[in-house]
Amino acid sequence: MFDHVVPQASSFAGGVDGLFWLITWIVGLWFIAAEGMFFWLMWRFRRRPGVPAMYVTGKEKHLKRWINIPHGLVLIFDVVIIVAAIRVWVDIKQTLPPADVTIRVNSQQWAWTFTDPGADGVLDTADDIRTTDELHVVTGKTYHFLLESKDVLHSFFIPAFRLKQDAIPGRIYTGWFKPTQAGDYDIQCAEICGIGHGVMGAKLVVEGADAHTAWLAQHANDGALATLTTPAPADTTKPAAPAAAGTH
Amino acid sequence: MAHATTHTVSHGGAHGGHHDEHWVKKYLWSTDHKIIAFQYLFTGMAMALVGAFMAYVFRMQLAFPGSNVPLWGVVSPGQYNALITNHGSIMIFWVAMPVLIAGFGNYLIPLMIGADDMVFPRINRLSYQLFLLSAIILLASLVVPNGGFGGAWTAYPPLSANRVYNTTPYGASLWVLAVAIEFVAFLLGGINFIVTAMNSRAKGMRAFDVPIVVWTIVIASILFMASVGPLIAGAVMLLFDQLAGTSFFNPNRGGDPILWQHLFWFFGHPEVYVVLLPAMGIVAEVMTVFARKKLFAYQTVIYTIIGTGVLSFFVWAHHQFVAGIDPRMANVFTVTTVLVSVPIAEMCFVYIATLYGGSIQFSTPMLWALAFLAEFLIGGVTGIYLGASGLDVFYHDTYFVVAHFHYTFFPIAIIAVFAGITFWFPKMFGRMMSDGWGKVHFWGTIIPFNAIFIPLFILGAYGEHRRIFDYHNFPHLATPEMQALRITATVALVVMLLFQPVFLWNFIRSIAAGPKADRNPWHANTLEWTADSPPPHGNWAELPECHRGPYEYSVEGRPTDFWPQDEQA
Repeated sequence: MFDHVVPQASSFAGGVDGLFWLITWIVGLWFIAAEGMFFWLMWRFRRRPGVPAMYVTGKEKHLKRWINIPHGLVLIFDVVIIVAAIRVWVDIKQTLPPADVTIRVNSQQWAWTFTDPGADGVLDTADDIRTTDELHVVTGKTYHFLLESKDVLHSFFIPAFRLKQDAIPGRIYTGWFKPTQAGDYDIQCAEICGIGHGVMGAKLVVEGADAHTAWLAQHANDGALATLTTPAPADTTKPAAPAAAGTH
Repeated sequence: MAHATTHTVSHGGAHGGHHDEHWVKKYLWSTDHKIIAFQYLFTGMAMALVGAFMAYVFRMQLAFPGSNVPLWGVVSPGQYNALITNHGSIMIFWVAMPVLIAGFGNYLIPLMIGADDMVFPRINRLSYQLFLLSAIILLASLVVPNGGFGGAWTAYPPLSANRVYNTTPYGASLWVLAVAIEFVAFLLGGINFIVTAMNSRAKGMRAFDVPIVVWTIVIASILFMASVGPLIAGAVMLLFDQLAGTSFFNPNRGGDPILWQHLFWFFGHPEVYVVLLPAMGIVAEVMTVFARKKLFAYQTVIYTIIGTGVLSFFVWAHHQFVAGIDPRMANVFTVTTVLVSVPIAEMCFVYIATLYGGSIQFSTPMLWALAFLAEFLIGGVTGIYLGASGLDVFYHDTYFVVAHFHYTFFPIAIIAVFAGITFWFPKMFGRMMSDGWGKVHFWGTIIPFNAIFIPLFILGAYGEHRRIFDYHNFPHLATPEMQALRITATVALVVMLLFQPVFLWNFIRSIAAGPKADRNPWHANTLEWTADSPPPHGNWAELPECHRGPYEYSVEGRPTDFWPQDEQA
């Protein structure tokens, strides 16, 4: 897409951008051809004194061709776009590669809370690190995120990752990403969630393994606090929420 | 011509006499389809001013966050949400629907099929009265305590269902109530259109002699009827959740918020075509007249309309790709969504082909009609980006979506409406509008329109998400480059709004003092042009007969380049 503005910071960002350019080339050419033909016909058949219009029904074979051939081509290009779109989609949403780290992402009006499993790599233990509005991840590791909402719909959107997923109260959604490029990026809430929707942002820090270890050490003492404030497990009276991605 | 000279004598039937009725009965309590059309048209235009003012306020806030917006003041986040929510609701439900379907449908269907009025004139009157009631409720919802509803026009629960979350207990319920009543109004109107077009056609008018705009309005009404039921049910459930403590959409008590999304979009996507089709119909009428051409492949157009309509029922979940639906389902909806491009592209090709061999006069209505096609193509091709599920993961709920649907809805609700108003104005009011001022208004609208929304495509591609009142909270969206794009869009909007008084002045002055129009100033074929301008109550002294299709222009061997439908062979 425009990676000088929105860097490609995840493993699937390249695929999404490739799809963007594929579609841009295909529909761009069609668009220019259609508009070009349109404006040329306007100019060519502008009203001139003494030149009457033709009587054309549109059933003439030699004229109908001009509709039918492009029509068939549109269908063929549609198939190309559909195949490309589904390939990218399956990679992001329909597959779930094994996780190196599993984190929890909690959303509520109007903040993000992230839970890192800490040194032991297991969630809901004493060394969990909970942070509000700041998420630290390591390049090259595959993350699973467990996305939850406490109140209304929110949407977990990281433009640099080309990743977006709505958080639904009462469900735990399991998705994945693999950061590839270090840097600071925006996390947005992309689903309107009340009067604080406009301030519901967070910072994503993608860092190398060393920097991340240092960050973990710095927050190691937060463990007790984290345990105390670990959100209550989802209401067990509810029907088991289907995790949408990678359910199989 | 077949008809006798018409005058104000009633032709009998249910209409009764035409003698000096009280103005209340004549203009406010009328069952005349033309008066009801004007009621819808003027109410819709008034609501368009409200919706446009809202756009002005929130665009000013986006360009100059926190500043004192002239005519409004400082915009709070709650006000911002209410403004965007009601801008969208008004422009679709209280502008596009009443003007395109109800306004033009009421005015054109009886006149174009050669009928004296609608089949159910009193239901027609009731339809408008309910619509007016819904508009009043909506406007009232903006001034109740805690402010207007701010949960977006899609009103996703739990935000919309729970006053603790949306903080607008009165605004939210009044909004849902207004929407539900409005749908009932259009359901009544739509039934009337369908029955009238099926039963009241002029003698000799076969299905394929019916003008395209009548076809499109009738098919749009069928789509509306078939899709609106789930949404009315959903709206009632939402009202119950808000007011009676039910839990249809409350996940903590066994409800499902995603259910609303399915009900909403099962209606919401066909709704796009409900307003698109009449707009395409208007454009067909205008293009054929000012190109002096038969519509290219008339029957193909009708099949593409039907094809689009059927397909539109199977694409709704493309609004929900990232909403938490089963990811396998997204694949099905990607296929159906991208395939909509087949009938829509066919329709655009056919319209473009209609220009071939024409004698094109660039009058004001024709400029609007041509602009519709040129601009709608942008809306069409950008839809492909969003229908492609893999790319929608990024684009969903960004400004790319906003720009895309404004490139469809603006041509539909504004450009095609201006085409229709400037084209049928002589028939509606018996006078001509100024072509020169019409062109000033045209260019003053079209150029800024593109300057508003092209920057929004770029902002969307940069990852700018929707419904945010101040982007300074997002470091990567607060760059000077992006702010410059926002300011460009806002300045263009202000310029476009400043050109609208040109239209209003031209419109009002022409009603009062424009040059008198004769019956058929554009030398058009369809039956409405055989009635007086403006047509009297009952439309014709003697109902016309139909002898041919609507687009027999430039037939060889005839003294004139048009051949009215009612003229004996």
